[in-house]
Amino acid sequence: MSEIVIRAESLGKQYRIGTPERYRALRDTLTDGLFAPFRLLGSLAGKSNGSSNGSARTAASGLAAPNSTIWALRDVSFEVRRGEAVGLIGRNGAGKTTLLKVLSQITLPTRGRAEVHGRVGSLLEVGTGFHPELTGRENAYLSGAILGMSKREMERKFDEIVAFSGVERFLDTPLKHYSSGMQMRLAFAVAAHLEPEILLVDEVLAVGDIEFQKKCLGKMEEVTRQGRTVLFVSHNMGALRRLCTRGLWLDAGGVRQSGSAGECVDAYVASVESAAREETGCFDLAARTDRHGDRRVQMTRIRFRGADGGQRSRFEFAEPFAIEFEIEARDTVRSCFVGVTILAADGTNVIGTHHCDTAELRDFVRGHSYRLSCLFEPNTLKPGLYALQVGLLDFATWDVYDWFYSVGQFAVTDGTGKYGRVSDDRPAFVHPVLQWEWK
Amino acid sequence: MTESTAVETRGVPLTIITPPRGWLRLDLDEVWRYRELLYFFVWRDLKVRYKQTVIGAGWAVIQPAFTMIVFSLFFGVLAKMPSGGVPYPIFYYSALLPWMYFANALTQATNSVVENQRMITKVYFPKILLPVSSVVSGLVDLGIAFLLLLVMMAWYRLPPTLAALWLPVFLLLAIASALAAGLWLAALNAIYRDVRYAVPFFVQFWMFASPVAYPSSLVPAEWRWLYGLNPMAGVIEGFRWALTGHGQPPSAILAASAVGVAVLLAGGLFYFRRMEGTVADVV
Repeated sequence: MSEIVIRAESLGKQYRIGTPERYRALRDTLTDGLFAPFRLLGSLAGKSNGSSNGSARTAASGLAAPNSTIWALRDVSFEVRRGEAVGLIGRNGAGKTTLLKVLSQITLPTRGRAEVHGRVGSLLEVGTGFHPELTGRENAYLSGAILGMSKREMERKFDEIVAFSGVERFLDTPLKHYSSGMQMRLAFAVAAHLEPEILLVDEVLAVGDIEFQKKCLGKMEEVTRQGRTVLFVSHNMGALRRLCTRGLWLDAGGVRQSGSAGECVDAYVASVESAAREETGCFDLAARTDRHGDRRVQMTRIRFRGADGGQRSRFEFAEPFAIEFEIEARDTVRSCFVGVTILAADGTNVIGTHHCDTAELRDFVRGHSYRLSCLFEPNTLKPGLYALQVGLLDFATWDVYDWFYSVGQFAVTDGTGKYGRVSDDRPAFVHPVLQWEWK
Repeated sequence: MTESTAVETRGVPLTIITPPRGWLRLDLDEVWRYRELLYFFVWRDLKVRYKQTVIGAGWAVIQPAFTMIVFSLFFGVLAKMPSGGVPYPIFYYSALLPWMYFANALTQATNSVVENQRMITKVYFPKILLPVSSVVSGLVDLGIAFLLLLVMMAWYRLPPTLAALWLPVFLLLAIASALAAGLWLAALNAIYRDVRYAVPFFVQFWMFASPVAYPSSLVPAEWRWLYGLNPMAGVIEGFRWALTGHGQPPSAILAASAVGVAVLLAGGLFYFRRMEGTVADVV
């Protein structure tokens, strides 16, 4: 057995939520009048008196009263051995990113302790430290330095990085003239050539076109094969199964399960399936933060409707259903399209559809809202649980305005025959009714 | 116990991560290990500062030069400030050099943490590099502006004296003052955004409390000791004296304000370090 490189003992991380005193602007001070400075001093003094030993009872109720606190991590203990690839699994807000931040020292834990043996490289975001005024070449060097690469190391790998990124021709162009896809490629190329002993990767690799995602996953596979230790957050269950040797399932800040990657993924998928039974079929997205893109155009709400027009998230196999999108334009944008991917529980992309396949492509005008509906044919998906992936992208460049890896789940059930057909045990995802004919 | 300690065992760095407890140790070794990143931050500041400008680094000269002209006209020619025979342009420019360096370095250091908040929440590095890089990159502007001073001194036939050897001492004091105040303000700014708005005023008041527009001989003798507590008063008088021989050579008051700066700097270092552990959560 190889030696332990990460040992976490009862890690806990408490965050303040609501609007505590900490963040005051001049405007508040003016409106609050003369006494604000005194309160400010008071809160300063209060802060230094030890905010560290909060009570665990105030933890994760999920309901946030103003000035209350939440435990993003609670009593998290685990060990990682050299060369293991650990997949971090869990719902949004389960504490996966917080755990990576604590392990990479971006933020300190509120309690507990962790030991990390070896150089840590963390990739929580692609393109950290990029500056729009600097050229691609300059940014590559800067980003490398920020991620922990030495100048010599960078010089040695520079050609390789440029080749991987595919932006050779624009190396001396300021980054602000790059499309977001090009920025992403350059950023990932730099990050991919990081060679720490321990690599912490958040779900950054899921963005971008399929070709790019494949490249990223390929690189991740290479890294794990080289025997480096990797902690990897993903919602892509297929990738987790393939890349990881171990799984760590976080739920509401605590470790729910730890074991082989396959076991954890199965248990997680089963739990999500049971949770999906309680989904209402309406997803309010305005306040969600698990998204990517500049949000010049954004999704505000998505609803599922069954054949009877009712709002639901469970449909019979042979039932036609519709997904309705509400979109808000915060800026005027030309030719932006809605792209939808239906993912199976193991992360396989089952269906891909763009609104402009059948509806017209139109411009989005600042300040206006738009509604769009997509009707799914009956007999399409085999019974099971599916996730809805949605993006608003530029038609020409595929630059991302707004993008969710998973908006939420919906389920397809065997059916009662009410819609004319009951599912059987065919293995394929899609069971369309096709025209068969004797000749 | 400290927040996190790094120990090397057989070439493998070991990091121990624990909650913040009280005042933390400084861990200047770590800053040394990250010196290359400091270099990159300075390089970035310099690259970005004059990108897409026509005059470029010329701005480093234009700002003090125009201020010098305005000061010479209004405070010099019109208000007849006593300059002890030193030509007004030299009298003002030699004071504006350290002052403008200090004011810009302080302002940039104050904003450095907030401006890089995105980076701070996404990757680990000693945050202290940010204000330090602001203070260091300002030196380049100072160097460029200094060239004009040499030209002016040649024009007025004012050869530098041996006193000029004192310049590095005053410069060091200016750097330390900017860093000391910058560390405190940068840490406070991360938590209270009021600081960002207060600093320009603060800097303006500080200028009037320093002998930029007037010689310190105008300050009544009984208040001199209080005035001397302002380290920039010592720095600016020192610059003038070292370059033109005007005013008093450095005295005990300068030593006292140097001690004051050292205390402020040490406090700033500890306060900033203390803030580092939580900055990613509040910034």
